[in-house]
Amino acid sequence: MKHKTFFWFFLPTAMAMFLFIALPLVSVVSQSLHVPHDKVLITVENCDPFGCTSQTQIDHTLTQALYEADPLGQWAGLGIYFDRGHLAIKEVGEMWRGSSGLGDFFSTLKNLPFYRAMGFTLTFTFIVTPLVILFGFLIALAVNSLHQRLKGLMIFFSLLPMIVTPLIGSLIMFWMIDSRGIIGSMLQILLDNPELSLKASTGLTWITLIIYGIWHAAPFAFIVFYAGLQTVPKETLESAMIDGATRLQQIMHVVIPHLAPLVAFVALMQLMDNFRVFEPIIGFNAEAHATSLSWIIYNDLGGETRLLSSAATTSVLTIIGISILLAPVLVRTWREFNPQE
Amino acid sequence: MAANNIKKPLGLQLFIYGFVLLWLILAAFPFLWTFWGSFKVELDFFSKADWTNAISGVRTQVVHGKAFTGAGYEGAWIQEEFWRAFRNTGIVCFFTVLTSLTIATLGGYALSRSGFRYSFWLLIIALIFRALPPITLVSGYLLPFFQWNIWGILPTTIIVLVAINQPFTLWMLHSFFQKIPKELDESAKVDGCTQFQAFRNVIIPIMWPGVITAGLFSFLLAYNDFAVTAMLLSQDNQTMVPKIASFMGTTQVEGNVMFAVAAVVSAVVPLFILVMFFQRQLVSGLTAGAVKG
Repeated sequence: MKHKTFFWFFLPTAMAMFLFIALPLVSVVSQSLHVPHDKVLITVENCDPFGCTSQTQIDHTLTQALYEADPLGQWAGLGIYFDRGHLAIKEVGEMWRGSSGLGDFFSTLKNLPFYRAMGFTLTFTFIVTPLVILFGFLIALAVNSLHQRLKGLMIFFSLLPMIVTPLIGSLIMFWMIDSRGIIGSMLQILLDNPELSLKASTGLTWITLIIYGIWHAAPFAFIVFYAGLQTVPKETLESAMIDGATRLQQIMHVVIPHLAPLVAFVALMQLMDNFRVFEPIIGFNAEAHATSLSWIIYNDLGGETRLLSSAATTSVLTIIGISILLAPVLVRTWREFNPQE
Repeated sequence: MAANNIKKPLGLQLFIYGFVLLWLILAAFPFLWTFWGSFKVELDFFSKADWTNAISGVRTQVVHGKAFTGAGYEGAWIQEEFWRAFRNTGIVCFFTVLTSLTIATLGGYALSRSGFRYSFWLLIIALIFRALPPITLVSGYLLPFFQWNIWGILPTTIIVLVAINQPFTLWMLHSFFQKIPKELDESAKVDGCTQFQAFRNVIIPIMWPGVITAGLFSFLLAYNDFAVTAMLLSQDNQTMVPKIASFMGTTQVEGNVMFAVAAVVSAVVPLFILVMFFQRQLVSGLTAGAVKG
């Protein structure tokens, strides 16, 4: 294809991605380096028969003038990055000096919103991802050994938890684990503890969110591995069997090596998706016990005061986090596409 | 699998059936339960005294005279105007899928037919864009959208969703077009067609399976989106997912959780139908990126 033809074919999609992904990205970075201008305040005296009161007001014309002179706001440098709501360099330094040991240091670190969110995001990502792979693989193995007709039925129902909107899926779960809901009240009976509430403690909330995460993503791993199982070379399996390999040995030495590239693919997708965990926290109403980086951005952006600079800073930090997480995978893709180097 | 040829020991067989059954219950039961419960009153749906109330609907009979009631649906769709959110979701999904398929088909086709180095780089950039959580871009949208006075309306959201959709759709269609032999459109060009004529006359008639699969996934992305739609749409223009989220704030106080339950079931039904008709395409789409490596 000629360069010119390529250009015209690719132009619409390139424009869309440039205008609504690349430019906003630049805007986010620049916002994170600026703070809004201070409102210009003036004192006005109101006098009436009972005396004079002075009142402080915002001078809108002067404030407007500041924004016209410098529409981005005041240059803040890395100031927002280091403040208490984000990396909190000063506070962390104080905690480090004041703490008696590593454990103590980490437990005080949890009081800072950014590190609290980071803690949950990373825990969620690194517990859910391997368990999704394991669970998806087990379902795939089990379903693959079923009768042909049952397979279709299983795939149909397995797709549901994944396809349903995360917010809606987590709401459905949230109602079931409510202390008056079916799972919640069953657990109370089973554990003989009428006061038990899965929403009350941080630990139980984290476990609930993690189980939800696995429930939501396991179907994806299952479908991918199931497709992979259909292409396992029969000859290799048969020769392994003739050589006396047990079922477990066949899986360990033939099936799993065959699926290895798929495991890498699922891990890549899961790392990306779990790092942005957000909707379940809203659905489970769990922000008192668990917050994530995406949740902080959402929280800053919502409400009456839209804290754009603060949200932008967390966004940049999130993007940096995800690049660190995915760097090894990107390097691998790069090598695959460039085998000659 | 060859393992099927020899009979499994009974214990293993039972274990497999048990495991599959457990997963089936885990995957399907929450939906059935909520669907059934959406036709009950709140005291049955959340019945602390006796969980069988939720099945038989004892309280529902007391209030409404029969075991099923559409009160939750009536409250959600008419009183809380959920139909508006349903219509908005329909509009957003339709135009997002249409636009995003049109431009991604052209782009994906071009990427698959260009042997030059830059097409590889464009794919890598798309992969990086795919890794960005959409919510990290939202603070970049808000200021300009407020300034140009285009915040809160459906067309803005549609364009943003199209753009966020592009990286994924582009990858999917690129790998689909690579499976169509280059000789097909090359020979059309030898016969005197321009590249675009070759695309129109040779590729378009045979590209529909791949395009339908890609369309399903852009539909799901638009339908399921919460981060972008919650932030970029005004109250009146909300789609279903942010509307349900805002239900949680208002209805819980009024004791009308059932409105939210009915709304949730209403939002799941279209997806259920989608899976029923397009199961094969969904599965092939999920594995499209994977099987290549």
